[in-house]
Amino acid sequence: MKKIDRRNFLKGGLAGGAALAATGKATKAEASGSFGGYPNSMGVLVDFTKCVGCRTCEAACNKEQGLPAPDKPFTDKSVFDEIHHGKRHRRTTEKAFTVVNRYDIPGRAEGPIYRKFQCNHCQEPACLTSCFVNAYTKTPEGAVIYNSKVCVGCRTCMIACPFYVPAYAYSSATNPIVRKCIMCYDTRLKFGRPPACVEACPQEVMVFGRRKDLIKMGHERIKEHPDKYVDHIYGENEVGGTSWLYLSDVPFDQVGFDTHLGNEPIISYVKDFLAMVPIVLTVWPALFTGFHLLATRKEEANTKENESKGRGV
Amino acid sequence: MGGKTKKLLRVAVVLAAWGLAPHAALAADGPGVVELGSLSNLFEPVTFNHTMHTDVAKSCAECHHHTLGDAPIDKTCARCHRANQPADSVACRECHPANRFAADYLAKLEANPQLYHTGKPGLKGVYHRKCLGCHRTMDGPTGCEDCHKMTEKGEAFYRTGKFAPPPAKHEAGEE
Ligand code: HEC
Ligand code: HEC
Ligand code: HEC
Ligand code: HEC
Ligand code: HEC
Repeated sequence: MKKIDRRNFLKGGLAGGAALAATGKATKAEASGSFGGYPNSMGVLVDFTKCVGCRTCEAACNKEQGLPAPDKPFTDKSVFDEIHHGKRHRRTTEKAFTVVNRYDIPGRAEGPIYRKFQCNHCQEPACLTSCFVNAYTKTPEGAVIYNSKVCVGCRTCMIACPFYVPAYAYSSATNPIVRKCIMCYDTRLKFGRPPACVEACPQEVMVFGRRKDLIKMGHERIKEHPDKYVDHIYGENEVGGTSWLYLSDVPFDQVGFDTHLGNEPIISYVKDFLAMVPIVLTVWPALFTGFHLLATRKEEANTKENESKGRGV
Repeated sequence: MGGKTKKLLRVAVVLAAWGLAPHAALAADGPGVVELGSLSNLFEPVTFNHTMHTDVAKSCAECHHHTLGDAPIDKTCARCHRANQPADSVACRECHPANRFAADYLAKLEANPQLYHTGKPGLKGVYHRKCLGCHRTMDGPTGCEDCHKMTEKGEAFYRTGKFAPPPAKHEAGEE
């Protein structure tokens, strides 16, 4: 049986409803052209050819975001061989907003390649559009942040995200809230400083700067070393572009990237979807406001003891 | 920099001490054993044997680019720096910023569109790319603690040593 992936699920829903929405105005082209990201937003260019897999970025993230203690020290390389849910490569969780994975590439002279992974901070984030309570914001600096006080834990963003990034914290049983990388927005990016992982990296695998400059820099690096790099910056156009951009010397699908996402923002599908099903807009907010009130009331009872955990935006 | 006279003086000293071996003369160029410690925080300073490294490297340019007047090793650099013009600064820390992404440094880059090499990596980045890069191909030390011991602050940061997670939890995460 073929597994239905989340994105096809969204797309499928739309295709099915397309007949209904024959008169719908929000065409994909229109939707994708409508925003395209803030012109001066910041970004990060990640060059996998320089990563040595030391996990310093993971430690920096843990410290900066005040995340719980890891199961193993950040110096422990055995995590690269762990099997989770039948897969060797780790995913981001509510306790680890960034992870580094090792990919063994037969015949690569330098040995294995390492890939750092975290929220890509899409130009047109599907999590944002899919969120019925507007918990998400794309800031002019480029970060996709969320307001955990508003989040009702409906998990729609988990389904919408083409990169499977948002995770949920169950530490408070009554009100699971979304947890993911916010590009260190509240402690750093807001003040013009780079995310903690970028600054901590001993190899300077990542460059922090204006997204448009980083794209130029990326293409320059490719041009200077055509024999080294794959001639592609992942994230320049994928799903409408992401704030995090990637260079690699191995084809991107061999380092765990989905190379079939296309350049259409996921937002387009979702927008169509919303246009087609206006009932969603009228009924769901009421529904979720109800859920939310319930949840917050329960939450309030717990707030005193849990104060330290509620490090939302 | 003292330039030629300083160099000659060093050569003279070395010649007097060790005789006429050409290697010794070469080693006279630059410091002997130096401590690289301007960034030290999570790790202790690195004891860098400059003399030994000038023996190991084929040319000073392997580390110093063309700044000492040697031909660049990297072909992409040679395209524009064929003249091997010596530079005013030679120490990495004088050109490569300690705080590569600080807001004021980024602002400086942006303020002057004439600036060249705006993508110049920071000091921590070039040390590791250069030092580790060569060590991986020439059998030098590559482990993080081979070059610098971790400080207590580093152990807390990496959650290792006496800050390591308790073993019970450790095992649980093993499967
Ligand atoms: C070939 C030697 C070498 C190796 C191997 C090496 N480093 Fe370094 N490292 C240096 C040098 C040189 C400096 C700069 C020291 C200074 O100027 O204070 C440095 C500085 C650092 C710093 C910043 C200073 C600090 O104390 O916070 C970090 C972080 C760091 N190294 C992490 C690592 C990690 C992680 C590894 C393992 C992947 C590693 N290094 C391996 C040579 C090395
Ligand atoms: C393996 C890399 C490496 C090689 C090869 C090398 N150097 Fe250096 N050199 C360094 C580093 C690192 C420093 C910086 C020391 C510091 O910051 O105190 C340095 C510093 C120097 C300095 C002192 C600069 C200052 O202002 O303090 C001189 C002079 C110098 N090198 C000359 C040479 C010469 C001449 C050669 C070739 C014979 C050479 N070096 C080869 C790494 C190297
Ligand atoms: C396309 C031409 C070009 C290439 C390629 C190039 N450079 Fe340069 N480089 C320049 C120019 C132009 C300057 C002068 C910038 C200035 O004066 O502001 C410069 C300046 C420098 C300086 C400063 C010299 C000084 O006297 O202070 C260094 C060091 C340097 N380059 C290193 C490199 C290295 C290393 C590479 C290869 C990775 C490289 N360059 C590749 C054009 C180039
Ligand atoms: C006079 C200024 C200057 C000094 C001194 C200097 N550098 Fe650089 N270095 C540069 C510039 C400029 C570039 C950027 C070249 C470019 O844009 O590709 C560079 C680039 C580099 C790179 C990246 C090259 C690449 O291909 O990615 C490394 C590594 C590096 N330097 C190491 C060192 C080390 C190690 C030292 C000290 C031994 C040193 N540099 C001293 C100016 C300097
Ligand atoms: C041209 C290649 C090359 C470069 C560049 C290089 N190294 Fe080395 N290094 C070596 C080799 C080879 C050895 C092993 C020498 C031996 O074991 O005899 C070594 C050994 C060492 C050692 C252990 C031996 C000792 O001195 O106690 C340290 C520490 C070290 N390097 C630091 C550095 C640092 C720091 C840098 C960057 C500034 C650097 N190396 C750059 C080739 C290099």
